[in-house]
Amino acid sequence: MAPDGSRCAWTMRNPQLNDKGELQHLLTLEGLPREIIVRILDTASSFLGVTEREVKKVPLLRGVSVFNLFFENSTRTRTTFEIAAKRLSADVINLNINTSSTAKGETLLDTVDNLSAMHADMFVVRHAQSGAAHMIARHVASHLHVINAGDGRHAHPTQGLLDAYTIRHYKKDFGALVVAIVGDILHSRVARSLIHVLNILGTPEVRVIGPQTLLPTGVESLGVRVFHDMRKGLAGADVVVMLRLQNERMRGPLLPSAQEFFKYYGLTPEKLALAKPDAIVMHPGPMNRGVEIDSAVADGTQSVILPQVTFGIAVRMAVMSILGGN
Amino acid sequence: MQLPDAEALCADLVRRLRGAAGPETGMVGIHTGGTWLAERLHRELGLALPLGALDISFYRDDYRKSGLHKSVRASKVPFDVNGRHLLLVDDVLYTGRTVRAAMNELFDYGRPESITLVALVDRGERQLPICAQYAGTTFAVPRGKMLRLDRDGAGRLALRLDDA
Repeated sequence: MAPDGSRCAWTMRNPQLNDKGELQHLLTLEGLPREIIVRILDTASSFLGVTEREVKKVPLLRGVSVFNLFFENSTRTRTTFEIAAKRLSADVINLNINTSSTAKGETLLDTVDNLSAMHADMFVVRHAQSGAAHMIARHVASHLHVINAGDGRHAHPTQGLLDAYTIRHYKKDFGALVVAIVGDILHSRVARSLIHVLNILGTPEVRVIGPQTLLPTGVESLGVRVFHDMRKGLAGADVVVMLRLQNERMRGPLLPSAQEFFKYYGLTPEKLALAKPDAIVMHPGPMNRGVEIDSAVADGTQSVILPQVTFGIAVRMAVMSILGGN
Repeated sequence: MQLPDAEALCADLVRRLRGAAGPETGMVGIHTGGTWLAERLHRELGLALPLGALDISFYRDDYRKSGLHKSVRASKVPFDVNGRHLLLVDDVLYTGRTVRAAMNELFDYGRPESITLVALVDRGERQLPICAQYAGTTFAVPRGKMLRLDRDGAGRLALRLDDA
């Protein structure tokens, strides 16, 4: 450490913030100041109306190049980032890394350096490895911005923000809410990001519901109540967030079968009736009907699954336009 | 320094605009002071179409320099602007950059037949070729100061001089 303690100050700083305390990268919601989160949600609500006009674009990111770097497959998230960037008038370049240089042996940082040399301004990164977006953010030049679009089991901050936006839209105030997150918490970066943002926004009760094998050890330390019995966990809930079974991330048998999982942890109209009568049902998609959610619930009046998608574009527009101006 | 009386200027604008605003005229105010003035003009002129409001943050020409404005409100134009005569209302006309941004935004709602600019005060010092067809008054603002419109709890309008 330098005699003046500068290294200490550097390491203590939130790597997402620039030296003015503004958002430089969006890597995780954990530890993000509340006012930055509220500003993103407020800005998103102003973007919603843009898509109802004759011209569904604003000129903020004219001349900005956004590179979508998806090292892990995802059509939906990549598409929503692409739409968001295009509605901000940015140029969007999609790289399907599975079929490109990485497959030929190029390292992640070499790929990033090459794209930076093509005058990229913003990277949207999805990677199967937790921490990949952080690594890129530490590596790139200071005028570049990195958005984490999901890294391993770690974080999916724009999903957490769009979930928070959806909850705020329907429930207004977080101050008296009971939010229940159900299913495969263990493999879910969506759950982690949502738990962090709900805590930051002052949600008094966040519950996680799932079998022991699909809950991370020590999950209580995130400030949640743990339930293994779905009926008890849903009682009195204002918001029910169903998660997808992440079969692709499971190593070894954690569940007897999908049918068995549905019996205990699938959301049916009968189980939803245990939550508050005005409870909303959310799902980050893609849904497995008949595995974690019954069609009657997914398509029912309490479902806000499709509005989540619409809000997701506005939230990503807000994140990109705030980063791009910092 | 004696500032112009906002209430008197507003009453004068209402008188002058009576002939200019027809039953099909649309009115749009620019946040924040412009929407206060527009609310007053809209009511006193008895315009039939609902009032529109623009927050021009997504159209500012200083975004690259200054970033996105800290609090952005949603713009709302609750009528079809295509083929319509519009009154665009702001409180203080200065460099002209806000009006340029507002016109760019309006054209993303459609193609108006015409846009007429209404301002309570024209403080001069324009940086763009823009002028108000209806200005309450002209008033030179001392260097380093900003002229702002206030609205009190009773809805009364007043001008205030702030440090820029």
